[in-house]
Amino acid sequence: MKCDLCDKPAVVHEVTISHGVKKEVHLCVDHAREAGVAMPGQQQGNKLISKFAVGGKPNVMAPRCPQCGTSFAQVRQHSLIGCPACYDAFEEPLGRLIERAQAGATHHIGKGVHREDQQSKRQREERQLMQALASALSREQYERAAEIRDQINQLSEESPEESAEGDPA
Amino acid sequence: MSDHDGMNDGDQTGQDGQQATPGADVVLSSRVRIARNLDGIPFVNKASSEQCEYVVKTARHLLLHVPLEDQMIWIDLEQSSSHERQLLVERHLISRQHADNTIHRGVAVAENEQASVMVNEEDHVRIQVLRPGLQIQDAAKACLRLDESIGTHVDYAYRERWGYLSACPTNVGTGIRMSAMLHLPGLRLVNEIGKVRQAAKDLHLAVRGFYGEGSESTGNFYQVSNQITLGRSEEDILEEFEGVIIPGLVQFEQTARQVLLDKHRRSLEDRVFRAFGTLGTARMLKLDEAMKLLSRLRLGVCLDMLKDAADTITLDTVNTLMLMVQPGHLRQHVGTQISPEDARGVRADLVRDILIGE
Repeated sequence: MKCDLCDKPAVVHEVTISHGVKKEVHLCVDHAREAGVAMPGQQQGNKLISKFAVGGKPNVMAPRCPQCGTSFAQVRQHSLIGCPACYDAFEEPLGRLIERAQAGATHHIGKGVHREDQQSKRQREERQLMQALASALSREQYERAAEIRDQINQLSEESPEESAEGDPA
Repeated sequence: MSDHDGMNDGDQTGQDGQQATPGADVVLSSRVRIARNLDGIPFVNKASSEQCEYVVKTARHLLLHVPLEDQMIWIDLEQSSSHERQLLVERHLISRQHADNTIHRGVAVAENEQASVMVNEEDHVRIQVLRPGLQIQDAAKACLRLDESIGTHVDYAYRERWGYLSACPTNVGTGIRMSAMLHLPGLRLVNEIGKVRQAAKDLHLAVRGFYGEGSESTGNFYQVSNQITLGRSEEDILEEFEGVIIPGLVQFEQTARQVLLDKHRRSLEDRVFRAFGTLGTARMLKLDEAMKLLSRLRLGVCLDMLKDAADTITLDTVNTLMLMVQPGHLRQHVGTQISPEDARGVRADLVRDILIGE
């Protein structure tokens, strides 16, 4: 079995079950050491267990995407990435995974996104938020509507400043 | 018939069986699809129900109201019947996966059925363009134009390093996958399919069955597609795929057919005419059997073997039949749900009717 964070063989294995959900952590020598876990045969069995126990430091062992909460182990397991931010959160290990899947390729070559200027982007975002607001209100999702309204307000507050920055005069 | 198997408009095949569509004797159809996701929203596997709903609503609104080359028809899969979804799968307008998971999923289909946009399949948006025969370049250009039209109205998830972000690492970068549906009966008969599979593996190509991912080859039809989407531009992928790989496979198949004609003509004719005989007389046909027999008949049409015996049977006829014998299309033909046993009878009747007018 491979390490959750790289391609080396895993030497430390831990399974925890919390609220009926099974979690597995598999680490190579280097990543186990990095996480402060003793190697097999190095005694300190209690520390090993406590490291992965419920309420321990799972974030140390299995960093999660700050946006969607996906761990890299999950990405590996299902070969599915959680969200665009996962690409930033797991850039290094994901890079290795992608490299393998893409015959060694590491960077994009080809058509790129035409980036809008800040003002058009803001206007479009505002339009999208207004649509989302209308949709939330029509479904009586008032909490969601309040969140969207906050976002619209925030966008409006940012607006003059950015316009001034973008103003050549 | 307007699908991945031929998309015939009736003018692509002459009465003498010679196809007007380039490469149509070996290449049934060309398809190009592009995977895209909206920035700031989790991919479908992680998105909440509300987020999936938002993506569907946004895409629906956009695809119906933004000026596109083709007028689109929106189909909400949640509201559709399993029969309708089956028809869409058989016409290669949606994947099987898309037909199975219907909550907050939809598809926009061009009126001419040469393009479709799957919403909330594995990625938020999967744009695909289909063309009959070997027309990958044309399909790629149309697909990129459609992508461009959509992309001007939404923020695609994109990073300088990775290109267009996708739910699966195998689609990141250009997100473009080009495929050709190949009919390779000659290579099967000369026992060279193994070489095709090996060459495909060496060239990082995927070889799949008649319905793409997860499907088996039926009637010697193979869908070949590029697997690498990162580190190569759309133009490079196209140049290699349409300019080198597919012509190479077509040439390989044509050589096999020529070898069979030169060395085993009688045996080949026997195979084709037995298929014709069975199709023209059978009272019950299973789908698999029908596809195998139609594959042999198709080979006979491509090799002009049937022009004296049945000059009205063209490549167009066979391509149409390959679609019509599918379960969803049979049901559509009958107008009501039918048992598998009845379907075999209806299938045989339909085939005889189209082939020999019985």
